[in-house]
Amino acid sequence: MVLTPDELALFDYGLSLEENPRSACVAAMKFIQDRRGWVDDEAMAWLAKKLDMNLSDLESVATFYSLVFRKPVGKHVILMCDSVSCWIMGCESVGDHLRRRLGIDLGQTTPDRRFTWLTIPCLGACDMAPAMMVDEILCGPLTPELIDKILDACEEADSS
Amino acid sequence: MTAETPLTAGIQANGDVLSLNRYEDMGGYQAFRTALREMTPSEVIETVKASGLRGRGGAGFPTGMKWSFVPKRNGDTGRRYLVANGDEMEPGTFKDRLLIEGNPHQLIEGVLLAAYAMEADFGYVFIRWAYRDSFLRLRHAAAEARAAGYIGEDIFGSGFNLEFHVHVSAGRYMCGEETALLTSLQGGRANPRSKPPFPPVAGLYGKPTIIQNIETLCNVPHIVRNGAEWYRNLGLTEESGTKLYGVSGKVNRPGIYELPMGTPIREIIEQHAGGMKDGLRLRGFLPGGASTPFLLDEHLDLPMDFNHIANAGSRLGTGTMIILDDSTCPVGMLANMEHFYAQESCGWCTPCREGLPWVEKTLTAIEKGEGQEDDLGILEDHCKLLGPGYTFCALAPGAADPLASALRFFREDFEAHITGRGCPWGSGGRY
Repeated sequence: MVLTPDELALFDYGLSLEENPRSACVAAMKFIQDRRGWVDDEAMAWLAKKLDMNLSDLESVATFYSLVFRKPVGKHVILMCDSVSCWIMGCESVGDHLRRRLGIDLGQTTPDRRFTWLTIPCLGACDMAPAMMVDEILCGPLTPELIDKILDACEEADSS
Repeated sequence: MTAETPLTAGIQANGDVLSLNRYEDMGGYQAFRTALREMTPSEVIETVKASGLRGRGGAGFPTGMKWSFVPKRNGDTGRRYLVANGDEMEPGTFKDRLLIEGNPHQLIEGVLLAAYAMEADFGYVFIRWAYRDSFLRLRHAAAEARAAGYIGEDIFGSGFNLEFHVHVSAGRYMCGEETALLTSLQGGRANPRSKPPFPPVAGLYGKPTIIQNIETLCNVPHIVRNGAEWYRNLGLTEESGTKLYGVSGKVNRPGIYELPMGTPIREIIEQHAGGMKDGLRLRGFLPGGASTPFLLDEHLDLPMDFNHIANAGSRLGTGTMIILDDSTCPVGMLANMEHFYAQESCGWCTPCREGLPWVEKTLTAIEKGEGQEDDLGILEDHCKLLGPGYTFCALAPGAADPLASALRFFREDFEAHITGRGCPWGSGGRY
């Protein structure tokens, strides 16, 4: 079972607003991702049938968009801007701090599956560079101290 | 007298969203009501044409003229689309986020007016995933507007219908290219389409479609309400209106500033953005996002508008400047930018898919001190072969333009990396 009955009702309502099933495919993958953290093979097969798409066609869309996750991610996803304004303002050195603190490199997930660290192109927050998004919340200008504060808050939220 | 700032007048300093009631108190939706009651769609197009409004997404195409390319209805009842492009992923650009988050009703009214003018019955706003707050606020505003009767069927008994939908994307710079955006809306990989046919004739699902940047649409309610002449007089040069200018990099007050079109660059950087930080020196700047060629300090007294910047050899683009200071390595900066373009190429056409990674690798090698003597020649060749006419869309030319200008203006820095076998700034070029 990919979706619960309640989720399925909401999914079908969303689908009914789209012009045709295929147009909904990005939103449909995000629907699953928002609830499961990522889109697994079973969900892809179910979606392809539901949207009347060839599975490899759906896969080609999934792998095109950088924010559709086809691999498991940690509980908290950190998207660090690596574009030019943030680079000028020192995203590499705050990235070094994050690397030390989490003990992982870009693109990796901590062994306890708590954090995944990815880059993202320009977040449109160049006035608060260097910037990052943690669980859809925009943070900046980043300093090592601010990064520690954000990660501490994530860990506190997990343990409470 | 303080200059008028129509686009940002409703945006509150504390970051809160402007509600429907407050927007209406400021005269919001009056332009739309007036247009429905007193103007034909052609009259709205003529007003926008006369205002001199040019697209704020980068290309600067005259907005009213674009709308006039849509065939007249003449009894055709097929669907037509107005699409607001809120993909804003050009590095260094952060103006549309401010407009959507601060005053979403202004955007909705712009969509309504543009849709009325082109006789569209369906409006989309395409928003990038990272603009989470923009999406939530716009969705709420759309529900308010629907409840108040601005969106739906037979709006205020006029016979005009508009369905309105907010689409959240899932990343990729390519989605900002207007035909790729349409393919993305249809549930495909965001590859660009061959033109002609152009979207006003055959766009979304093959139907007449206008794609317009967020800032462009936000101008429209003010033009319809105050008239074309008022709008033309806002600009300091022969170009019209106000512009959201941005400054990022090592300045004291990076941010977005709404100023008359044609405000001198020096005034924007020194007065509004507070000048350079910590005694740093400005070496150059990208005037309108990462795809616009560098300008130098000798250009600081130019008016910041489409024609003056084009005449100086660059582009106004999105009007959001990125400053290169003397503590920042220009080779590292280019390596960073070309990494972005190589990553974001959709892979559809060969020069872009194969050429950009080569450019990125060459620049990264130079930055690391592993550059070869003929590398600058290789880069120059790419600037030509990734230029207009060789690629399917504007992504690769937008990557090549700033590189070509950097090779010209900062050549001694590239050479110093190669001969000195390393980066004089020690930035290392890891990205």
